[in-house]
Order: sequence, then C-alpha cells, then structure tokens
Amino acid sequence: MITTFTNWALDESPSSRRQAAWGNRYRTWLKLRTNPLGMIGLSIIAVFVAIAIFAPLLATHDPATQDLANRLARPSAVHWFGTDELGRDIYSRIVYGGRVTLGMVIAVVVLVAPIGLAIGCIAGYFGGIVDTILMRLTDIFLAFPRLVLALAFVAALTPGIESAVLAIALTAWPPYARLARAETMTVRGSDFIAAYRLTGGSAWRIIFRHIAPLCIPSLVVRVTLDMSSIIITAASLGFLGMGAQPPSPEWGAMIATAKRFIFDQWWVATIPGIAIFLVSLAFNFIGDALRDVLDPKES
Amino acid sequence: MVSRRNFLIGGAAVPFLSYLELAETAFAATPKDILVVAQQLDNMTSLDPHEGFEAVGGEMMSNMYQKLVRANSDNPNEVDPVIAASWAADAENKVFTFKLADATFASGAPVTADDAAFSLQRAIRMNKSPAFIINQFGFTAENVESRIVATDAKTLTLTTETPTAISFLLFCLSANVAAIVEKKTVLANEADGDLGNAWLQKNSAGSGSFKLQAWKASESITLMLNEHGPYKGNLKRVVIRHVVDPSSQMLMLQKGDVDVARDLTSEQLKALQSDENVVLVRKQIASLMLISLNQNNANLAKPQVWEAVKWALDYDGMQKNIVPLTHAVHQSMEPAGFPGTVTDTPFKKDVAKAKALMVEAGLADGFDITMDHYSAQPYPDLAQAIQANLGEIGIRVKLQSAENRQVLTKMRARGHEMALSAWGTDYFDPNSNAEVFCINKDNSDDAKKKPFAWRSSFKSDDFTAKAEAARDEKDPAKRLELYEALQREFMQNSPFAVMFQNTKTAACRKNVSGFQLGVLSEGNSYLETNKA
Amino acid sequence: MNKRFKSLAATLSSVLLTLLGLTILTFLIGRVMPVDPVIAAVGDNAPEDVIMRARAEMGLDQPLPVQFLHYLGQLLHGDLGVSVLTKNPVAQDIARFFPATFELATAALILAVVIGVPLGVWAAVRQGSVTDQAIRVVCLAGHSVPVFMLSLISLLVFYSALDIAPGPGRQDIIYDGMIDSVTGILTIDTLISGDFGAFRDALAHMAQPVIILAYFSMAYIARMTRAFMIDALKGEYIITARAKGLSLTTVIWGHAFPTVAVQLVTVLALTYAGLLEGAVVTETVFSWPGLGQYLTLSLMNADMNPVVGSTLLIGVIYVGLNLFADILYQMLDPRVRS
Repeated sequence: MITTFTNWALDESPSSRRQAAWGNRYRTWLKLRTNPLGMIGLSIIAVFVAIAIFAPLLATHDPATQDLANRLARPSAVHWFGTDELGRDIYSRIVYGGRVTLGMVIAVVVLVAPIGLAIGCIAGYFGGIVDTILMRLTDIFLAFPRLVLALAFVAALTPGIESAVLAIALTAWPPYARLARAETMTVRGSDFIAAYRLTGGSAWRIIFRHIAPLCIPSLVVRVTLDMSSIIITAASLGFLGMGAQPPSPEWGAMIATAKRFIFDQWWVATIPGIAIFLVSLAFNFIGDALRDVLDPKES
Repeated sequence: MVSRRNFLIGGAAVPFLSYLELAETAFAATPKDILVVAQQLDNMTSLDPHEGFEAVGGEMMSNMYQKLVRANSDNPNEVDPVIAASWAADAENKVFTFKLADATFASGAPVTADDAAFSLQRAIRMNKSPAFIINQFGFTAENVESRIVATDAKTLTLTTETPTAISFLLFCLSANVAAIVEKKTVLANEADGDLGNAWLQKNSAGSGSFKLQAWKASESITLMLNEHGPYKGNLKRVVIRHVVDPSSQMLMLQKGDVDVARDLTSEQLKALQSDENVVLVRKQIASLMLISLNQNNANLAKPQVWEAVKWALDYDGMQKNIVPLTHAVHQSMEPAGFPGTVTDTPFKKDVAKAKALMVEAGLADGFDITMDHYSAQPYPDLAQAIQANLGEIGIRVKLQSAENRQVLTKMRARGHEMALSAWGTDYFDPNSNAEVFCINKDNSDDAKKKPFAWRSSFKSDDFTAKAEAARDEKDPAKRLELYEALQREFMQNSPFAVMFQNTKTAACRKNVSGFQLGVLSEGNSYLETNKA
Repeated sequence: MNKRFKSLAATLSSVLLTLLGLTILTFLIGRVMPVDPVIAAVGDNAPEDVIMRARAEMGLDQPLPVQFLHYLGQLLHGDLGVSVLTKNPVAQDIARFFPATFELATAALILAVVIGVPLGVWAAVRQGSVTDQAIRVVCLAGHSVPVFMLSLISLLVFYSALDIAPGPGRQDIIYDGMIDSVTGILTIDTLISGDFGAFRDALAHMAQPVIILAYFSMAYIARMTRAFMIDALKGEYIITARAKGLSLTTVIWGHAFPTVAVQLVTVLALTYAGLLEGAVVTETVFSWPGLGQYLTLSLMNADMNPVVGSTLLIGVIYVGLNLFADILYQMLDPRVRS
C-alpha cells in the first residue's frame, strides 16, 4: 500500500493537480527525512504530543492534590520528580502541563495564522489605500514592544490562559501579515489570477480560494519557527504571573513559583525549565530543517 | 611583533583577568562606615513626611525626621519624649501644652516651636493621605493658625475641637504625618504655593539621624549622617539598594555584598537560622492577612457562610508549612502588640462543622466563587491552600492573581467576590483598625467615606456604634475592655476571616548590631545601628 | 531630485503616522488597565477624599479624547509629562534609564555578531558536516531556553557557587556616586573619568546579562549568516575566483562576505530592536536599572506617562533602524535599486 502511494506520488508526469501537490509534499518529506536534527525534533514533538494526549494514563498522581506536610520532597520512588511547594507531585504536573502548553500553542497558531493571512492577502491584493492603511496598522503593532503589549493586554483582560493566548496572538500576527502580503504581491500579477478574474471570480473568492492557499507553505515554516518563541513568551508571561493561574500546571508558572527555592530545592524549578527547553528546541530543529528544505533564503 | 590577531585576543582576555584576580579584593565586603541594605523599594510614593503614606517611605522618613513623641517599642502603652520634653493637658482636656527639648536640624539651625507649629499646620493645609490622623482632632486649613500656636521659642500649644484623651493625641502625634520639618528650608523651596511639596518629595529638611542625599526611584536611596542629629554610632552613610528578588537579596547577603537583607522568605530564613554569620532581627508588625467576603454577593451575604469559611480553613497547617517564619496565626481584627488586642484563636479546621453550616445556609450543594489575591508570594501558595480547604466544604473557588495595586483597585470598586489581602494599621491606636473594619455609616456606591468594610459592602450599625463608643471612652481601662469585647464579637460575626499576622525579619550580617524593627514601619530605626 | 524629495517626504510622513498610531494605542492601553493610576500617586491607604482630589488634579476625570489631545499638545512641546512613581519628568527618567539598557543591548549585539557571524560563515563553508550540525545545535539551544531561566542559573552558578562573577546591580557600592554621569553609559563614563577600577567593575557587572542576551540572539544571526553565505558561495563569480586560484579565505571574506554583510544589516536591525525589549526580564533578575524595568513597573501601576514615553522611544528606534537598514540596503546593493 505504501509503495503504491510512493509510486503514485513520485510519478514524473503527474496527471492531476492533486497528484502534483501530493508529490511535492512527499518530496519535501523525503528531504526532511535526511536532516538528522529535524528528525530528532520531530520525534521529540511526537513524544510530547503523545504524553499530552495520554496524560491521565501516564500521570501517577492527581496534579492538584496538595500535601502540605510533604512539601519540596526530593525525587523518590513515590514521587519521581519530587513534590512542589504545596506537596503536589511534580511528574504528574509536568505531564498534565504538557496539555496546557500544547493547548496554548495550538490556540495561538489557530488565531494568528488566519488573522495574518487575511490581513496580508487583502492588503497585497487590493493595494492602494487599503494596503497603506493595513500596513500602517501592521507597522504600529510591529514597532510596539511585544512583551509590553502582551503584558498590557493580559492585565486589561484579567490574567489567565485565555487572555495570555489572546495577548500573544495579538502581538504575533504582524510578521505573518507581512509575509502573506509579500507572497500575494508576487502572485497577483500572474496569468492564472488574471484568468480567474476574467471568468468573473469576485475578489474575495480569488483571495481566499486561490491566493491564500499559496501563502500557506511559507506561513507553515514561519509558524514552526515561531512555536518556540510562542512557548517562551507564554512561559515568560507565566513567569511574570500573567499567564495560566494556579493551580494550573503550566510550565512557566511552575518555574515562577519555584524560583525562590532554586538554591536548595533546585529540581522544582529546573525540571519544568528542561521541559520547556526540550519542546522549544524540538520546534526550532523542525523549523530550521523545514526552512532548509522549503526555502533556504527565507528571512 | 604583536599581530592584530594576538592584540585582539589579548584585549578580550582583560575582563576575564579582572574576575580571577579581583575575586579577593573588589568583590569583598562593604566599606566599614557604610551600611548597605537590600530592600524592595518599589512601593514608595513620596518622601515628604506630610504626604507619604506607605511602609517603605515611612521607614525612611522616620530616620530623617523627628516627631514630638515616639512610641515606646518595648511598652506599647507608653510614648517617649523626643522633640517634646514634657507635656500637659488643661482641665477640660482640650488645650495641650508642649515644652520642647533642644534639638538641631541637619542644616545646623535649632528646632523651635515655630518650626513645630509650621509643620503641623503644613500637614493639615496640604491635606494629603495621612492628614486625617491629625485633623480628626478638629483641625482645618482655616482654623489651624489659631489652634496650633507657638507661644514662645520652646512652647507649643494645641487646641482640639472636643475633649480628647491625651494618650490618644500623643499616639497620633507619634506618626510621621506629625514630623517636624525646617520651616525656613521648606519655604525657601516653595513653588506655586505648594508649601515646598515638590521639593520635599525628593529632599529632606529634618532633625533625624540621617539626611537624604539621593532617591533614585527603583534603584537606591542614600542617606547621609546628620552630624547635628541624635545618631551616635559609627556609620557615615546608609545605602538602601532596590533588589526585587528575595533570592538575589539572600545571595548578596551571604556573599557580603549587602549587610542587611529585608525581604527574605520563610524558606530562606529557615536556612539562615543555622548560619552563624547572620543574625535575624524579628518583629511582629501591625499587618493582618485576611479574606474579605463581599456582601453584594447573595451567597456570601449569609452569616452561616461567614462562619463556614472560618471553620473550613486549616490555619495551623498553612502557617506551619507555608509561612512558618513570616506569619503567625491571628484571628482578631486588632494586631498583637497594640494595647487591648485579643489573641484568642477560636477557629480551627473543622470540616464537619463547616459543612453543617453550609447546609444551614441552604447551600448543601456548595457554590462557585472567585477569589482575588496578590501575585507576590506567599499569597499564591496560601490562596491555593485556601482553595483546597474551601473545596472540601463545597465552595468551588476560582483564583485570580494580580498585582497588588490591581487587586486594590478592584476592591475599591467593590468588584471582588472573595479577596485575600492584607491590611496595615495606619497609626498606633486600636481605633485605627476598628474604624476601618466597623464604622461604616453609608453603604451606597458614592459614599463620602469608603473604609475597608465599605469595600466589601459590610454595614453594621451595631458595630459602628460600639466602635465609636470605644473610641470616645475617656477611662483608659474601660476603653481597652470595650475594644476587647468588640474584637470577640467581630471575630464571630463578620464577613472577614482574619488568618495571620505578619512578622518582619531583617537578616543582618553578624558585624551589624542595633538595627531595630518596629510594630509600625515608623519604628524601623537605624538610630542605634553600628558596624563592627 | 524632485522624486528623491517626494520619496523622502513620503517616508517621513509614514514614520510620523506610525508614531502617532503608537501613541494612540499606548494611551488606550493606559486607560484600559485595571489599575487606578491615582494609587501610585497617593499610596495604598489613602482616604477617599484625597483620592478624588488627586484624580481631579491629574486630569483623570476628563473624557478620554480631551486627555489625549492635552497629552499630544504637551508632546509637541517636547514635554513628556511627569512620572507619578518617581516624581521626575519622564524625559529625565528616560535619560537616566535608557543608557543602561542601551549599554546592555549594544554590548550584547556586538558580542552576538563577533561570535555569531564567524560561526555562521564556518557552518556555511562546512555545510552538511558534523561541524555544521554542532553549530546549529549550540545556537538553537541558546534560542530555546527562556532568558529568565538562563539568568537565574547563571547567577546561581557563577555568582553563588563559583564566586567568579559579581552580583546584581550595575556597580559595587564603593563606586556608587563616584563617577560623573556624562553619557549614562557606565563603561564609557568610567573611561572618561579615568577610573580603571570602576571601569573593570562595571564591565564585570555587565558580563552576565550581556552574555546571556548575546547567546539568545546569536542563534538568529548565525543562522541567517549561514543561509546568506551558502547562497553567496554558489554564485558564479565565486567559482571564477576559485578557478583563478584565490585562496578560500580570500574568497570567503573578500568576495562573498561583502554581499552577505549588506543583507545582514536588516537582520541586525531587527535583532537590536528585539534586544532592547528582551532586556526587560534580564533587568529584573540582575537588578539592572534600565528602561525595561522602568516601563514594566510603570505599566503595572498604570502610570501612563512613562509607558507612552518609553514606548515612543523604542518605537522611534525600531522605525529608525528599519529605515536605516532600508537606506543602507539601497545604497550598497545595486541589485535592489528599482
């Protein structure tokens, strides 16, 4: 079955657009496979997603159960990573925390990509005054210090995961808009777009059905690269007390509450830090590899 | 020949060399005659003693200025003379005469009754945050010139509106708002009729142990010795460095980069208890941690719920495990260390009793509620423990962490449901807390006065009357009895669950002696501090 | 000439519009913050009547557009307002705090370039090899650790455990107040006043935050250098040069690198802007009295004059850097001129 697919995808003379598209994707995958760092990254992410999905099966304790008499315990057979400042099992909190982090990242991407895509494509396609206004707006958001903007939004919307996600999304969309706009401008003068216009396609239809899909590959690369910085921004917000609220086991918040013990009970802060580091690194590897494969000169 | 490459490499090595060779010298202990303190300085608003009204600034001001009297740190029922050498009341207890001692301002000029009168008048005229402490005796901008008079160079007379207990008056005059400033200097720096406010916010003109050399906001405060002042020790300068992170404060203390660290946490203090290089100076201060239940929420308005909450909390567990060295269990609305404070702790964790109360309230299935709390430790830890405790009796709490001032803003706007916060007493008298917790005469949204009780929409005419009676009682012994009764009733019958009282610790290196902490920040004093 | 003038005018007006947009956005944020700015002025325990008076004095009871116009008017006169927290004019505060952040960000950028660019070139020349992979891992690792984590660990290891680095703060107590502040940049000021002990002290205090910030930015710089270099090395003129017998070093640095350098300028501009605001968290851990601390503290207290002032400054720098990069790009790269 796999060989059939492989042969079909790698056919030198594809007979349909779909086949050509899948062919491209498969070739990209093959190239990616030769990149060792990318593969390492991919495996780490796969493990991370699996842990997040199977969290209830993998956790040894309830992540919210407090045991005040057993605070800050060292790693042991009962508590594999020890306990935190309220006696909760750190291993289980890391496992469940994966869900929070994964959820936040997905939520941000789901918000950011469409916004950036829409604004960029519209600006690029219509040009003129629409372009100027939208790009002015993008510039303003770009010039604004990101962490400050995120802090302000979160503070204004009351701290919590939802606000943190919204805040990060609101500060992360400008580069995607810029990217989409650049791609749209390259494509809008081409023949097939002209053809669509001639056949009576409305501007919106053209933008969303034909142009936007073309921008997606470079957006995907950008998103993968941004994942790591999204995770770190979320952790930084958590560190500043503005992200996920207790008792949510978000990794950044775990570091924030544990940093005061870093000298004696260093594992309480370091283990979530390592988790963040591994996931960020994995995303960075993948993004880097994707960039190599898809568009080495991307900036 | 030195090639360009070698030169560059050599140049890059220079900073590295500085680490290794200077490890013994430049990073060594602080200079002998300078005391270096690591403290969180981000809460300061002003160093003008007639304006500033928060703890850190208050501490600085009390080391730069003197008042007529000072609260006695060992005996809470007494005051000691400072600028005022002696005092007397007339038969009606309305005219009070003070004879001044000899004291000198940092400028070298002597402290006269004219300065004293000017200072008190200035506080009332400026009418800033702390002014209520003295204008509650009936002083206004209009009558202040006639009621506060310097009858000669060394005599000051105060006339109050109504007959007043002299002890109460004296305690209020020991607050920073009654600090004596140098009239000539302050007026010389006046701008736009502000009585020198803008200048005095960042400068000093007092007779205290030290004078202000510089206040760099969020960075440091530098105090220079006042040679004419009461300080007789061996320090020439006190430098207070703003260090936000308690872990950093601890590190710097252990390395000898600072002599005193002020904001350490329980865990750090525990570790330092066995450190022979460090001496811990501790004092229980007038700051209470409590949960407020906003009465504008139907569920929280039920008296059975008030009681249920108080019986659900694991006070001892939280105190022993989360805040062992920084807080003690305390359940009365008056802080320990004040005259007449009740130290009973009738409430203990009793889940069965709390649940029964919930049933009595008709809330057997529990209810959902939010609780706001400060984001600074130990509040998040305690909030989570409280959340777990209340969860056991069916109250499902959703936590909202926010910056101090954000929580404050929300409470002032009555926007909270439950709130975990702290209350610091304003001045040294039981009325200070009793007033804000009990006396609420107008519960409407745009009331003229908005005491702490008002923020949680709590109005009890009974408590109001009892608190006023206690305040106005002339017989000192009877007054204390009234306050004791009031506290006991308040414990049992109010929507405020007082949980802990704060103990402050100053961790000093062992060569530092004589640093004192007071029950109010005004008592934090360098007066007797020396460095061996 | 006329065309040049027109394009200059267009750029200038676009810059001004961006800045105006920034001001409006920040102003709106300030009014939306759930903290009462009056508290920062009168303290937590102030009685109600004092609060009402302070609110009126600060002009906070006026409708929002009126407040904004008032602020804008002041701004056009060069008055950035007064900070409620520090009691100083915002311009004075920024003059005090900005050099500290500038010092950190600039030093970090220089370090990141000095290390990152050669690393990127090396990785490009050895593309696909183990060296290339190793360099990538090292750089990406630096970009995957939260800066606050690195800062805490650095303090723990180098200050506490190993004792080879000084603690938080810009300088040791003995030098406090001894150096005349000419530029506000300690390393330069100490050199100007000739106090080498203080100079070494300032440098030592700067080392940790600078190294951490540099490590964080190095990844991006190395990566982009590598990408540009790989591209440049493919060019025909390179092959010609090699064929002519020029050594690899000459080809890399003399021919390929100049092209790369031009492209790197934009990268550097963006990195610098990121460093300026990335200093925020580092400043907290190292008690570095810079713009990041000033901005965050003011934001948390809804003291909006400093927030708007600082944001405008960072915005101006960011826009300026972008403009500079654009111009430089246009001047140096004949291919880009259109």
